Amino acid sequence: MLSRVADSLYWTSRYLERAEHTARLIDIGLNLMLDQSSAAVERRWGRLLDSVHAPPRLTGSSDAYHIAEAMTFDLSNETSIVACIANARENLRQVREQISSEMWEQLNTLFLRVKGTRLDDIWNVSTHEFFRSVKEGAHLFQGITDATMNHGEGWQFIQVGRHLERAGVTATLLDVYTNDLLTRDGGPETPQRTYLDWVGLLKACTAFEAYCKVYTADLRPERVVEFLLLNAECPRSVRFAAEAIQASFQSIAEATGTRKSGRVNRLAGRLRATLSFGQIDEILETGLRAYLNDVRRQCAQIHEAILQTYVAYPVESALAS
Amino acid sequence: MPPDTLNATLSAEAPYDEMFGADGQCRPQYQALYKRLDEIPREELNRRQHAADLSFLHQGITFTVYGRDEGTERIFPYDLLPRIITGPEWETLERGLTQRIRALNLFLKDIYHEGRILKDGVVPAELVYTCRHFRREMRGVSVPRDIYISVVGTDLIRLRDGRFVVLEDNLRVPSGVSYMLANRQVMKRVFPRLFGNYGVRPIDHYGTALLSTMRALAPPGRPDPTIVLLTPGVYNSAYYEHAFLARQMGIELVEGRDLLVHDNVVYMRTTAGPRRVDVIYRRLDDDFLDPLAFRADSALGVAGLFNAYRAGNVALANAVGTGVADDKAVYAYVPAIIRYYMGEEPVIDNVETYLMTDGAQRRHVLDNLDKMVVKAVGESGGYGMLIGTHSTAAEREEFRRRIESEPRNYIAQPVLALSQAPCLIDGKVEARHVDLRPYILCGEQVTIVPGGLTRVALRRGSLVVNSSQGGGSKDTWVLNE
Repeated sequence: MLSRVADSLYWTSRYLERAEHTARLIDIGLNLMLDQSSAAVERRWGRLLDSVHAPPRLTGSSDAYHIAEAMTFDLSNETSIVACIANARENLRQVREQISSEMWEQLNTLFLRVKGTRLDDIWNVSTHEFFRSVKEGAHLFQGITDATMNHGEGWQFIQVGRHLERAGVTATLLDVYTNDLLTRDGGPETPQRTYLDWVGLLKACTAFEAYCKVYTADLRPERVVEFLLLNAECPRSVRFAAEAIQASFQSIAEATGTRKSGRVNRLAGRLRATLSFGQIDEILETGLRAYLNDVRRQCAQIHEAILQTYVAYPVESALAS
Repeated sequence: MPPDTLNATLSAEAPYDEMFGADGQCRPQYQALYKRLDEIPREELNRRQHAADLSFLHQGITFTVYGRDEGTERIFPYDLLPRIITGPEWETLERGLTQRIRALNLFLKDIYHEGRILKDGVVPAELVYTCRHFRREMRGVSVPRDIYISVVGTDLIRLRDGRFVVLEDNLRVPSGVSYMLANRQVMKRVFPRLFGNYGVRPIDHYGTALLSTMRALAPPGRPDPTIVLLTPGVYNSAYYEHAFLARQMGIELVEGRDLLVHDNVVYMRTTAGPRRVDVIYRRLDDDFLDPLAFRADSALGVAGLFNAYRAGNVALANAVGTGVADDKAVYAYVPAIIRYYMGEEPVIDNVETYLMTDGAQRRHVLDNLDKMVVKAVGESGGYGMLIGTHSTAAEREEFRRRIESEPRNYIAQPVLALSQAPCLIDGKVEARHVDLRPYILCGEQVTIVPGGLTRVALRRGSLVVNSSQGGGSKDTWVLNE
């Protein structure tokens, strides 16, 4: 497969995953805002904006309308939902002949719908429905991809993009939340006082119900962290994503010949091992921040390694070997 | 809508009508269609036209008008009613087009090697050497099988007397063949019964024929050659066609940035490492192919490609420098070129053409500008053109000035009445001017799929059929009989 095509499929999937993630966060932010005092609201928006790398001009803002507008419909803000979907679409457009037409139609429809919506049209009326339709649009794209595209190399690059992005954003979200909730001035707050925040974190990962099934509704910080970081079955946990990434790389290595894929596979295997064999008590003891930073660093290394192995590799060495 | 209102437009001055003879009678090949049009309610016709339009839109068979965040794509208007060509008419066309592509290939080989035709004075050497598309770099370069032109789209028009003549040859990167194929697909869906009973020759093998044409160019010692289609990219208005043809042939669609040259060998960058490329069906003009050899500012090409090509390690289709033979002033010499190389009379004539470099011809044209079509020699797509009968005095004055200052750059032809065919316009059947562009493939043998793109000037009375200038197209049926 052409390197450019693999690259475009990878980025399409990453951007779309990011759009879905941001839609979920904004939706939950708007929803939880209803239940809390203004000081808590400000903190929550602060966390949320940090976790999606929002532009600095939004820092300190707790104006929900303003934030929703900037993070959803502002094309000039590259972290906004519409910008992510536009980028996903632009990448997919360049490889239209490699994908099923259903995939293209779905992403194009999603793009046109988001681009054609104004915040005033939905504000206070159907905000939740709108964000839900964005999430569903992204899920539908992945579902259509599974159902209509050959599960070959290209499909695997789509999986890598989706799961690498997911591992990254979940780790970042965990970092921002735990850093805020566990290390507040005056020591950690009691779970009762921050109950809604932990619920918010789980919901931000669509994992609240799944968590309750495993641990009941008894929310304990270390369990929440363990669940989102190390659970093998929750599709939004970092470990789950790491396992999916490793599996995809193995398939890609088989399709392309293993000769050159050693480094990528080693990095993916290391990330998976870090998470599969991690113990939550040890991690908390030695420092969650450092652990999460290490996970994020490994994700970044994998991203670099994909580029260097499959896309922008130096030609001379590739020809010599 | 009874189609006989069409007859009202017929008169002695009228152009050839594809459907009706001079006596106002429907031609035999159109009778079944005529009958069907008579039976079918107008609403039903409109419904089918609508279904066809939707089908194009959904399949994404579109031209791109692309802005940063607009993504507007426009369909190439499709006319529901087929244009019909009889078996014997086609037989003549096939013979003539085969003769023409053979002669033009011999001409290109000659002018890039010994130049006999120039020494013999059949074609003026100055004309060839001053051609904007003449590539000095190609002197003495051998191309596989001496095939310079692998793919041609020849524009034919039909004169009042019913004869087809060649209006121009497109020897560089002719486009439109995907519309020919798509039109047929849609036609089969919209008029299945009529189509099934008509005895229309199939065209679906075009992709296979194109692939074997490309395969014939592979360098020696490459029994299983890698063939790619090189596109300028998604911003090109014909990108849909590039993707479509790549898919039809089952080959990779590459952009310049996917290719690289190492030791005069071309590779494409794949996830499994660089993979050697043997034949490039390029849909990119000469100018942009290689920034080292041609335009240095080209970001679409591949550095070093031309050297790899000269070294014979990769084949390009069409070859570099074929544009010299579709220069509109060289066009005037094609009948002489056919006689010179083939020792035969041309089967299909040219349109009478005046060279502005010839004093007498130039005076004649300048005195009759309002009856002439003036064309810039190196342009295509209907750009840089004056249609005398539809021009203002100021436009004629402008072209007079241009012709006098750069006579080599212009030719003129009498304004010709393109034949007309019935079209469905706003729910009514009306006659519109049409031309015909068959696609000729030259590999181990010459292949012409029976049909072509019939382009329609959708505006009433307009003679311009180019898609870039508001034209549409319709399916072209070549009958067995």
